[in-house]
Amino acid sequence: MSMSDAFAQSRLPLTRIIAWLAAAFLLLPLLVVIPISFTPERYLSLPTDSVSLRHYGSLVSDGRWSKSIVDSLLVGIGAMVLATLMGTAFAVGAWRLGVPLARRLRLLLLAPIIVPPIVHAIAFYRAWAALGLLDTYLGLVLVHAMKGLPFVVLTVAGTLANLDPRLEQAARSLGADARQAMSWVIFPQIRAGIVAGAAFAFITSWDETIVALFITSRAVTTLPRRIWEGLADNIDPAIAALGTVMIVLTFVAVAFTATRGASAKA
Amino acid sequence: MSAVAASQSSAARSEQLYWWMLLAPCAFLALFYLVPVLNVLVLSFTVPRPGVANYAELANNAAVQRVLWTTLRIGAITTVLALAIGYVVAYALVHCGPRERQILLGIVVASFWISALIRAFAWIALLQSRGLVNSALMASGLIESPLSLVRNEIGVVIGMVHYMLPYAILPLYTNLRGIDDRLVPAARALGATPAQAFRWVFLPLSLPGLIGAGVIVMIFSLGFYITPAILGGGRTIMVAEFISVQISETLRWGLAAMLASVLLASVLLLVTWLSRFMDVEQALRK
Repeated sequence: MSMSDAFAQSRLPLTRIIAWLAAAFLLLPLLVVIPISFTPERYLSLPTDSVSLRHYGSLVSDGRWSKSIVDSLLVGIGAMVLATLMGTAFAVGAWRLGVPLARRLRLLLLAPIIVPPIVHAIAFYRAWAALGLLDTYLGLVLVHAMKGLPFVVLTVAGTLANLDPRLEQAARSLGADARQAMSWVIFPQIRAGIVAGAAFAFITSWDETIVALFITSRAVTTLPRRIWEGLADNIDPAIAALGTVMIVLTFVAVAFTATRGASAKA
Repeated sequence: MSAVAASQSSAARSEQLYWWMLLAPCAFLALFYLVPVLNVLVLSFTVPRPGVANYAELANNAAVQRVLWTTLRIGAITTVLALAIGYVVAYALVHCGPRERQILLGIVVASFWISALIRAFAWIALLQSRGLVNSALMASGLIESPLSLVRNEIGVVIGMVHYMLPYAILPLYTNLRGIDDRLVPAARALGATPAQAFRWVFLPLSLPGLIGAGVIVMIFSLGFYITPAILGGGRTIMVAEFISVQISETLRWGLAAMLASVLLASVLLLVTWLSRFMDVEQALRK
């Protein structure tokens, strides 16, 4: 420990107490969802005498929940594939060409993060009505692919930033054609970035609510749409069961990446 | 000679391929994204009839003004609270031991990934009149009748701060980590009290981080839909929910498009301003 660290820690108690209180504020509301999910009652409550798995069961057996899970998976995978293809193509093209135009175009591709979702909702509702894409899987896949695209571009460009463009030229001068250079030289180097970008794109789609509320109705009902409806009327404890699954998965994923990061550093 | 020509033409072909890879996604986005979004702007001037009548509502319509004021007020309160708490957390993160840092950061990042819907659900379960907080307070005899903590502005602010806090902490942490940790001890060695060293050395150096994090939280707060709509319970209405009501219930597309355009313009202005303090791409990276 350096002297400045020791100095900093000596006057840290209050700051650390506040930081842990803030962490509790972030964490505890989420943890409350877990006991609620085991309630035997039909309404929102903590289990008192006994616990029950009925709300987990209804995620599988209740046709509306299971259809939503399937719909979210289908749309998420479709959007992920499309966003990853487009985002990777763009990032590699921009990296290899290195022209000023590419930098400016990157700002265009970031727009879907910055533009408020309600603006997207109006925009896509009007456009998809004109194109006949309302309440179709294709319509939602297209929207979610565009919302995931910026995250793919950011992550793939992030991994490419450490890669020398002359590597590709070297491969080419040794006789590889463009396709060979891409699949043997570039892609193996940026695979981690592509996988991370794809994961971001999938989660973006999995979470997206507002546009889905506007441009889908009966044919396509994603999970967020179903939760939204469940929150609007009688609050269904099945949401707690679903929330528990998602919270546990998130914490496992974060712990996994954290330990992998730690072991990579060690 | 012909071999050179062949390799040159193949180099040109590969160059062409990279141009396609660059431009095809942009063309796709321009066609299916940019055109629909710009169309919202057009709608605000053309529906129900051409002109600036929709924008005149900003000056004349009391309901519109109330919603915009509510949005600004809640956005500002959320930003100030998220910055204040976020600054302390980021400061602790920079100065605590590695193990503590890992756990705290893990909590922040994990909560970052939990969907707004699940969080809204959790807050309703906690804050509603028969919720856990009120039950606990009543059981302990501290209050006799339940406090109204949700489906009003208090609920919205709690939910928004909860959602936005990681957006404040992470950029602030990046910024504070970049400050040379020998500067404060140097100021102390030169006779500054801890408070003076913080006020005159550390705080000014962290100002870009504070502004950057503040702008990011404000950008997302202004357009936020899910949390205010669920925790506001139809009583505290922010602009995104108001727009959605105009479309789905009163069918006033022109008014909705106008407010969406105003929202879009405000957000773009904030982003432009943000780009003066920090790399926008860096700030938006999850």
